[in-house]
Amino acid sequence: MPVGGTSVGSYTLHSVNCDRCDNEATVHEVTISDGQVLEIHLCEVCAQETGIVSSSPAPVEEILKKIAAGKVAAETAPASPACRACGTTFAQFKQSGRLGCPECYIAMEQQLGPILDRAHQGAVHHVGKVPKRMMAQGGDAPGLVDREIALAAAEARAEQIRRLRADLASAVHAEQYEQAAQIRDRLQLLQRGGATGQASGVEPTEGSS
Amino acid sequence: MSAPGEPNGADDDTTPNGHDGALPEELFAKGTEWLRGSGDSADVVLSSRARIARNLAGQLFVHRAAPTDLRLVLEACRDVLTSANLGTQSTWLNLHESPAFERSLLLERHLVSAHFAKGKLGSERKSNDWPRAVAFGLPDERCAVMVNEEDHLRLQVIRSGLALREAWAEADAIDDRIESGLDYAFSPRLGYLTACPTNVGTGVRFSVMLHLPGLRMAGEIDKVKHAAADMSLAVRGFYGEGSEAFGDFYQLSNQTTLGKSEEQLLGELNDKILPEVIEYERQSRQRLLSKRRWQLEDTVHRAIGVLRHARLLGVEETMKLISVVRLGVCLDICSGLDTPSLHRLMLLVQPTHLQQAVGKSLGQDERKRERARVVRERFAAM
Repeated sequence: MPVGGTSVGSYTLHSVNCDRCDNEATVHEVTISDGQVLEIHLCEVCAQETGIVSSSPAPVEEILKKIAAGKVAAETAPASPACRACGTTFAQFKQSGRLGCPECYIAMEQQLGPILDRAHQGAVHHVGKVPKRMMAQGGDAPGLVDREIALAAAEARAEQIRRLRADLASAVHAEQYEQAAQIRDRLQLLQRGGATGQASGVEPTEGSS
Repeated sequence: MSAPGEPNGADDDTTPNGHDGALPEELFAKGTEWLRGSGDSADVVLSSRARIARNLAGQLFVHRAAPTDLRLVLEACRDVLTSANLGTQSTWLNLHESPAFERSLLLERHLVSAHFAKGKLGSERKSNDWPRAVAFGLPDERCAVMVNEEDHLRLQVIRSGLALREAWAEADAIDDRIESGLDYAFSPRLGYLTACPTNVGTGVRFSVMLHLPGLRMAGEIDKVKHAAADMSLAVRGFYGEGSEAFGDFYQLSNQTTLGKSEEQLLGELNDKILPEVIEYERQSRQRLLSKRRWQLEDTVHRAIGVLRHARLLGVEETMKLISVVRLGVCLDICSGLDTPSLHRLMLLVQPTHLQQAVGKSLGQDERKRERARVVRERFAAM
């Protein structure tokens, strides 16, 4: 990390070589120091070596979350992932029109997306009644509910982080560094909140996706 | 055929003597709430219904579950539902132990769905012994809960006339009482999780049973159907999904359950769309009255004539005739008749209720003869 300067954050840029090797740079850091703009472009390996992007020390949590979200299953069995709770496959669902259990909504999240979209005119989030038990959640609810809450909160946060990162990249591109600094502050605040709060680690790692 | 209980194939064992008397006597003594014929806009709206789909957390959905799992669901629900104040009294009936005749009666009274009564879950493997039950409140059968239908719980509250808000308020309160004893499958993002993704979210369907003879006679019914489709509303027949409209009775219901709150749906359907449809029907009726009064009166009185004198009546024909007479009653062009009596007759002429009234099993031709006789007697008494 540059010392004595103000880092306005990392962003994604295309077709720039790494400052340390010839690989394509996927991490780009812009620093403003004494009115001078310093840009660093690194590949993922060099970025991790220099500490600009820390490698995830414990990806287990993220993997578990991916499994919970059915993403791993979707990646390894693209045709028809089976719900790990009941074994229902997407092909079976397509045939019967019915899912096997509540967990299927997580296991087949990606495939169900367009179906929900069509059935509910593009709506993707529940609006309306919530069980009273959920409202007064004391931690004794069943596992699915707990995980769903964590996932929903994490999803919302990750989406916000994604949006802020895109805004940051645009601001840096447009050389609007004051605005970029503001976005960076908001980003940091959000990330700090995530670190002290729940379900950190689901936001996409820069340059790794 | 849209009539639910016209016996054919597997339903041929519908005999009034075949059941074990598990159905309460009160079931036949009183009219059900949906036939009361009163309430707001009762000239056009027979009844309003709020239906809620719920599933238990950590349980397989019904079509995937083994009979042993389903029995556990039944046991878990029974205690909760019998103390959920579904009426002055609550009744619980195991449908897998009921004869076809009894199940058909429940279907004709709109207490259970067609495939629930028949023991078929779409094209699924379920047979008639799939463990399932219905709980309902007496004396008016206003609230009913099917257990192990497509979802573990299908709760409905029916009110006479246009009263979706009242139906929802009561369904909501019962839902709270049930939820205090059972854990529902719920996701903060997707809402109440249902076996079919078309119900996910609120799990709520609001529907009304409309009588639209004016629009049909004016040749405008297709316009209503198209407008409903444009607004993502489903138009169904007298016995819900898969049934056709007969006697100009149509069920109109919301299809979207995700992304709109119950209050938003009510605001759209109860406060905006339905008042327009009702007004449209009333205007059509008034136009018929002002421009084709004699033809209309002739049609109504011919219908009364047939009902009073026919010797053979099929269920579909009877419903059509009663529908025309109902229009005449609403427009004051026939005297001595009232809508509640016509509504009760609509139920009485259904195949299984007819056999119940006669007290014996009847073949199709016998039913036509008995139906005509029962209708004649009823009309003579009106």
